[in-house]
Amino acid sequence: MDAHSAHRAPPDDAASAASTAPAVRLLDVRKTYGDVVAVERLSVEVLAGEFFTMLGPSGSGKTTTLRVIAGFELPDSGRIELHGADVTRTAPYERSVNTVFQDYALFPHMSVRENVAYGLRVQGVPKAQRKRRADEALEMVRLPGVGDRKPIALSGGQRQRVALARALVNRPRVLLLDEPLGALDLKLREEMQLELKAIQRELSENITFIYVTHDQDEALTMSDRIAVFSDGRIEQVGTPGEVYERPANAFVAGFVGTSNIVHRGGREVMIRPEKIRVLAADEHDAGAVEGTVREVAYLGSVTRYTVALDGGDTLVVIRQNLDTSAEQAAQERGRRLRLAWREEDAAHLEEKPTDGGVADGA
Amino acid sequence: MIGRGRATRIMLVVWAVLIMLFLFVPIAIIILYAFNPSNVQSWSLDGLSTKWFSSTWHNAEMRQALWLSVRAGLFSTAIAMALGSMAAFAVHRFRFFGREAVSFLLVLPIALPGIITGMALNSFISFNGVNFSLITIVIGHATFCIVTVYNNVLARLRRTQSSLVEASMDLGADGWQTFRFVTWPMIATALVAGGLLAFALSFDEIVVTTFTAGTQSTLPIWIFGNIRLGQQLPQVNVVVLFVILLSVIPVTLAQRLTRDTGVLRAGTPVAPAAPAATQAGAAA
Repeated sequence: MDAHSAHRAPPDDAASAASTAPAVRLLDVRKTYGDVVAVERLSVEVLAGEFFTMLGPSGSGKTTTLRVIAGFELPDSGRIELHGADVTRTAPYERSVNTVFQDYALFPHMSVRENVAYGLRVQGVPKAQRKRRADEALEMVRLPGVGDRKPIALSGGQRQRVALARALVNRPRVLLLDEPLGALDLKLREEMQLELKAIQRELSENITFIYVTHDQDEALTMSDRIAVFSDGRIEQVGTPGEVYERPANAFVAGFVGTSNIVHRGGREVMIRPEKIRVLAADEHDAGAVEGTVREVAYLGSVTRYTVALDGGDTLVVIRQNLDTSAEQAAQERGRRLRLAWREEDAAHLEEKPTDGGVADGA
Repeated sequence: MIGRGRATRIMLVVWAVLIMLFLFVPIAIIILYAFNPSNVQSWSLDGLSTKWFSSTWHNAEMRQALWLSVRAGLFSTAIAMALGSMAAFAVHRFRFFGREAVSFLLVLPIALPGIITGMALNSFISFNGVNFSLITIVIGHATFCIVTVYNNVLARLRRTQSSLVEASMDLGADGWQTFRFVTWPMIATALVAGGLLAFALSFDEIVVTTFTAGTQSTLPIWIFGNIRLGQQLPQVNVVVLFVILLSVIPVTLAQRLTRDTGVLRAGTPVAPAAPAATQAGAAA
């Protein structure tokens, strides 16, 4: 039992180091499955108290990285530190890390309260205290009064909250979330994003969130920092603003948001669709480009125009429907337009031989 | 979709009823004959009587055979539950050389004609100079009883989310706690169901038993012998009546236990108070 009661708090001698050390540090981590390289020499630091998102397409290594942090996978090489302590070879049950699983992984034979209290039960916490803390955790995820039900009697969104409460009840120092909202419908997902962010902000003095998703909107909504994954590597780490406005390369530009790439003087320039202005007939701009509207998509609050430039590139332009009706928008098809943008909104992409080009991240 | 038309539906019902009659009329007749006051099996009966029940109960040969069958059933079921579940865990969890072969060899005895298993065991036992006894019967039965436990437990393991074990470890449970609180409750009903089916299989087995029992009689062999001799037909009918009742119970229970696995799946609404879940809760 000693191991169980001790592992939730850091040892005293490490406490001073832990206050300055990053919550999670990966050093040169490599993981392969047979011939397939899932994660290739990956190094990253997650700061204590931040909401850190690992964003990438499926198969990019983000879930493997999460599983390495949780301890479900042993890396082929490299080192994993939690708050300064090496845990590379530590069993999952001895790490102060808890996981919210993609399929929730609720124990079907236990009641909701028993599920939430499970971590406390295996640590030998007395029954009365278990019940109280489980009920507190259920309240925190705004799910009071369902403790006696079986998970199967709950909706998907409710199960998701139970999974979150079950992971939080142990007061882990790092919470791992593996696409936890993936199975929910859009409205519920957006609601839960805000709620997750609120819970994290409330707890951020004591807990670090590491969130895995392939959904760029989700990443932008919640994260303090985002790591963009591709092919087992991290392409860029930065705040949502940095990743969106200053993508390091064409892959990041294409995966996070819709990217437009224009060739100018032999260089690739990336400009976001909403940053492009349609010039009025009497307006002049030295950097303006001309083209013909090929497609018009009316999306309610905005309209998306696809413009074929005379130079051969294609630009997607998004305009708010401030004073445009659906009929007016539709009439734009085939029109000639002059487009311009502020020089500071254009990102000059790093020269990198990736396969990325003009890609739609959605 | 077939069977939409009214005529088709009626035909299907008639067909199903005919099959049911074909299966169960002979059994019903046996049950009826158990209450036949006469020694001779002829239609129609001269009234009903329970006089054969007490004479059967006092038949020492029958009692011996019944006791032997019960012991053989219990022992082979115990062996099957231990070996079958261990094999299922091994095949489910580990990737090892010859895994498919092991899986195939475990299932083979149920497909193999009993006469082959029986002959093989008979020559093996004789060759080694072992005396035919309860142990040889149990070994013979265990060969095919293991399959039912193995199949049931393996199917349950495959239907259980693998993330449950990870979730348990993640929440701080070590290997033993994970087995006790998560794995065991998940497979307990499948294991018991497999055991019940194994017992039912063993209890009415005759072919393999003939080759491994030596001079002893299990209940099915006693029944077979008496039907052939035609001496105590009314008593046979009484025994068969009880065997039917006894076999229906484990098979029904096994079906109930495996019907609801308690496994959470997206989009499968299951009543919250499902029997398997209650059972599993009690086991924990």
